[in-house]
Amino acid sequence: MNRMKNFTAGFVRENPVFSLYLGICSTLAVSTTLNNAIGMSVAVIVVLVLSNMIISAIRNITPNEIRIPVYIVIIAALVKIIQMLITAYAPALDTALGTFIPLIVVNCIILGRAEAFASKNNIFDSALDGLGMGIGYMFALLVMSAIRQLLATGVLNFANPFDMTQMIFEIRIIPAEYVISMFSQPVGAFFTFAILAAGVAAYKNHLEAKAKEQEKAEAALKKAAKEA
Amino acid sequence: MTELFTMFITAVLINNVILSQFLGMCPFMGVSKKASSAIGMGVAVIFVIVVASIVTYGIYYLVLDPLGITYMDLLTFILVIASLVQLTEMIIKKSSPALYRSLGVYLPLITTNCVVLNVALENIKQGYNFVEMLTYSIAIPVGFTLVLYIFATIRERLDAAKTPAAFKGNPIALIVAGIMAIAFSGLAGLV
Repeated sequence: MNRMKNFTAGFVRENPVFSLYLGICSTLAVSTTLNNAIGMSVAVIVVLVLSNMIISAIRNITPNEIRIPVYIVIIAALVKIIQMLITAYAPALDTALGTFIPLIVVNCIILGRAEAFASKNNIFDSALDGLGMGIGYMFALLVMSAIRQLLATGVLNFANPFDMTQMIFEIRIIPAEYVISMFSQPVGAFFTFAILAAGVAAYKNHLEAKAKEQEKAEAALKKAAKEA
Repeated sequence: MTELFTMFITAVLINNVILSQFLGMCPFMGVSKKASSAIGMGVAVIFVIVVASIVTYGIYYLVLDPLGITYMDLLTFILVIASLVQLTEMIIKKSSPALYRSLGVYLPLITTNCVVLNVALENIKQGYNFVEMLTYSIAIPVGFTLVLYIFATIRERLDAAKTPAAFKGNPIALIVAGIMAIAFSGLAGLV
């Protein structure tokens, strides 16, 4: 139960992107199309799960003073492996994501989870935490890119990342005359992100207000019980 | 000379790191609440990027390339940056305690600033020669500092403004960043 709660925390409530503001550089930059978003988030999930597992496995033999450099070296090695695999097998994705693949090294989500979770928990829990946070990141990227791609081009499509000419699905939702090309520009990224982040903040405010109300009701009940 | 100048203007205003490449968003959101700390952060970033670029450029062409182990670039660069940041912190602490006090908090943050790593990688990827590398490495953090400072001055005013509860803090700041991005995209015809 507790494990499940930890796992799902990253989806909306503690979403690394919209609510903790981690890893926003890559979120804003690669969320132009669904293809880029999925490619990027799969790369991040793989690195996040593996780095969490390795760091958790060596947590007892890592000297506390140099733990951050150790983490960075592990993460950098993993990212380099992923980068070389993407360059070799999905060159189109490599050109589209460009510099943001090597920059996964300095993505705050990965180092943040290593420091906050993997350095204190066992391998299985760490892998699960990595997967949960990674799915939260993927969710954020999917929502962002779906909105941006839809408004900017009117088309939602997904191509086989290993062979860009092979379309998996493609639907036109908005007619070409009514698209807002601004959303493929940086401006669109900032606006979409701001509105989604405000939505998550509103949801959190709502939860807090509800919790407060419940507390109040419980207090009143206790008081009534005492008086009786 | 004109080429270098064009490159400088492009990197500062047109391909601005923050507003068109989305790099360095963490410090952009984090330390932009006060104009004075924005300047402090900017100066520290300029210094670290210029030194880190020269060192990583040297390491790549003098060590990694001759040995044929260029695939080690990411690992070496991030270690160089991390130790440089540490070194800068120690030097500033020793030589100018006053500056250290005003910069202190922001220095360690620079390690995870993606701008630094990106400039180091980009210098190699674009095949810049030494002078071009130097121009690029100065222009990028100058653009970063410029936008950070403008943004911080707007944000100081924004604190006093009435905003809907859900938009308080970061969301409204992002809207401002979006409007700034529109303004900066108007400069695209400059070069």
